[in-house]
Amino acid sequence: MSNANTAVHGDHHPVDPNVPLEYHEEENSLRVTGFWLFLGQDMILFSSLFATYIVMHGRVAGGPTSQQLFDVTGFTIETIALLFSSFTCGLATYEMRRGHRNAVIGWILVTMALGLVFLGFEVSEFIHDVGIGATIQRSGFLSAFYILVGTHGSHVTVGLLWVTLLVIQLLRRGITPATARKVFLWSIYWHFLDAVWIFIFTVVYLTGKVI
Amino acid sequence: MHGVVNWAVHFFMLDEGPLIWLSDFLIICASLGIVAVLTKFRLWKWLWDEWLTTVDHKKIGIMYMIAAILMLFRGGTDGLLMRAQLAWPNMHFLSADHYDQIFTTHGTIMILFMAMPAIIGFFNVAVPLQIGCRDVAFPYLNAISFWLFFFAAMLFNLSFVVGGSPDGGWTSYPPYVENQFDPGPGENYYLVALSITGIGTIATGINFLVTILRMRAPGMTFMRMPMFTWSVFVTSVIILFAFPVLAVALALLLIDRDFGSHFFTVNGGGAPMQYVNLFWFWGHPEVYIVILPIFGLMSEVISTFSHKRIFGYSAMVVSMVAIAILSFVTWVHHFFTMGAGPGVNSFFGVSTMAIAIPTGVKVFNWIFTMHKGRLEFTTAMLWSLGVIPNFLIGGLTGVMLAVPPADYQYHNSYFLIAHFHYTLIGGTVFGVFSGLYYWWPKMFGVLLNEKLGRWHFWTFMVGFNICFFPQFFLGFMGMTRRMYTYPAGYGWGVVNLISTIGAFLMGVAFIIFVYNILWSARYGERDTTGDPWDGRTLEWATTSPAPHYNFAIIPTVKGRDAWWLMKQNGESINGPKGVPFRPIHMPNNSGRPFIMSALFFILGAGFVFQWWILAIVGFVGVLICMAQRSFEYDDSHYIPVEEIEQTEAAAGRL
Repeated sequence: MSNANTAVHGDHHPVDPNVPLEYHEEENSLRVTGFWLFLGQDMILFSSLFATYIVMHGRVAGGPTSQQLFDVTGFTIETIALLFSSFTCGLATYEMRRGHRNAVIGWILVTMALGLVFLGFEVSEFIHDVGIGATIQRSGFLSAFYILVGTHGSHVTVGLLWVTLLVIQLLRRGITPATARKVFLWSIYWHFLDAVWIFIFTVVYLTGKVI
Repeated sequence: MHGVVNWAVHFFMLDEGPLIWLSDFLIICASLGIVAVLTKFRLWKWLWDEWLTTVDHKKIGIMYMIAAILMLFRGGTDGLLMRAQLAWPNMHFLSADHYDQIFTTHGTIMILFMAMPAIIGFFNVAVPLQIGCRDVAFPYLNAISFWLFFFAAMLFNLSFVVGGSPDGGWTSYPPYVENQFDPGPGENYYLVALSITGIGTIATGINFLVTILRMRAPGMTFMRMPMFTWSVFVTSVIILFAFPVLAVALALLLIDRDFGSHFFTVNGGGAPMQYVNLFWFWGHPEVYIVILPIFGLMSEVISTFSHKRIFGYSAMVVSMVAIAILSFVTWVHHFFTMGAGPGVNSFFGVSTMAIAIPTGVKVFNWIFTMHKGRLEFTTAMLWSLGVIPNFLIGGLTGVMLAVPPADYQYHNSYFLIAHFHYTLIGGTVFGVFSGLYYWWPKMFGVLLNEKLGRWHFWTFMVGFNICFFPQFFLGFMGMTRRMYTYPAGYGWGVVNLISTIGAFLMGVAFIIFVYNILWSARYGERDTTGDPWDGRTLEWATTSPAPHYNFAIIPTVKGRDAWWLMKQNGESINGPKGVPFRPIHMPNNSGRPFIMSALFFILGAGFVFQWWILAIVGFVGVLICMAQRSFEYDDSHYIPVEEIEQTEAAAGRL
């Protein structure tokens, strides 16, 4: 590797050992840049959904309003679980920088468990709402609510499936520049979902409980 | 049994008359012909190995261009059908339903399946070569982008003969396109196909942003980049910010239609105007996505054939960035008639007019580039120069439309139709032809014939103006868009007839172009030097077509117009003699982008017809492909030094 041109990307540059592992090969470093841009477009996607939700919030068409529907205990536990999972995800990255593979996997598993708790509460909230007739077909408000919150939830689901594949690769290959890059990308994705949730928590749930 | 036959007849639209039968016949003939040729000349393996699995930006660029030309034919045929229908009062060549479908597919195909792939094709053909690198940042993703576009285009075109075309216009405004008023698969085709190609476009935007940000040759600072690369950079930023909004608008409308939600319905608390806002928040930047790269390539063409460096490089860059920013704050001018009030309408009127300023800067810079230049009127140059007067008319009528009170008169009239065709044909299509004549030798190693090129240009230029200039007057005379026929006695008949004649002249020009391609492939002048135009940027420093790895040694850039400088100083692209080659690391070909996009097609078909099993099969297939990719570690190879030496020796660069 070291005596050849790295990839399509020009000539090889000497590696600074203080730079984290995921930036050691230019190919991996490019992917990190690309992934940040991907998150940028995902942010625009969520912004559009938020804008639509805000327009739709009052359009209940005689159906249930946000004040009637939202359950404070449920969304509070959900929020705490997800925020805490961001912290444990950060610990996984920290252990990765220190080269402790098993600790990385351990913290990923904790993160996944918290993610599952979050998803469980969300799904049970949806099932409950549908049970009392608050379906996506009921009103513009509910359409926007389910799609905004559901898009976030499906992102979390993808994150869980994705990291499952990464755990298998960590077990097989250990921490290499490639697996380090993959875990790092997943971790910024996870933190991003946390940031989006903070907006859902304030814009949808807190505001929805007050107005 | 009878029921099944009835269903099939309706599903395959055999009860819709001769236009569909003819299309069916032509599609079957063309498909059989392709299969026969591939089998007879044993080309299946070649097709798979060289094209369907390629991750090489040059080949992907060629495939984009071919697809764009095919879609120009499809969209152009739609246009001619419409012009035939409107040629005279009280015509009933097409029924109202068919006319609605055809103007919808015309607009959608021309913007998303013709203009977009043509633009992105040029990204692929030129950018990596211009910045001196060996491929885009993510070659595998690049292949996915292309195949998603390709299968989306196939899905969209299928609607003509299976299930029925969309008929809500290329903007697909609710509430009309909601299930309540417009049932059937037609609008679903539109929503699904655009969503799929949109994913590919977002990936392209990210890909070229990273490529340009991170992979420029040493010495190529931002302010030394070729103008086309600058335009691609700015365009990619617009793509990144605009296309997700379209994705949301389309998805919400599809959810309304497939699952009965109430985003844009008239009842149940829906807000139809929310769709219109989301759509144009993408839609207005979109028109800059298809024009800014044209501005970039015109800058290249005009500077090359004036044999001068571009006038006002920094002003060109600043004006492009200004256009990009302004493009996001003008979307309401598409619906001043919504009645948002004088404050809002004034803001969007003024922001729209403001775009004329940076655009004017660019026009003057092109003219000053030519001033005292050694002008060479090649076909590529003619097409670029053709943009200036045509786009000027398009732009100035745009400023007229930007005045809200006046817009209440022009809105949705033929004045508007003429205006945006002057920008999209007079700008984008002319520019695409300019780029094709300019980069054809780089793509294929053959020059297009100049004499035929001139015929092509002048026939098109004359036909285009005959077709669309009268439509400004039709607008003043009260003719609105999307009307399928009109009574006699309004004085519209003769004007429409003139317009139709112009449209068919453009059709003739297209035939001349296709003939030129075929003639040149056989008899055209071969480009043996790699630099047929005495070019200025790095793509002309390598062979035509460029070797697989583009540059044996990554060049070092010492200023703007890097290749021109090297030629002035008598330098070789491979640097000083005797620098040893090293093995080059390149990505492997992969069949997965093709297969995964085919699965997207299946997923999409499931959503079009609400066949959920099909949708689930497609979706699971896509997930499996992505998981497989995650486990793929061995996805690249090294080109050995001997092979590089052989290639470079054959190119006379040793």
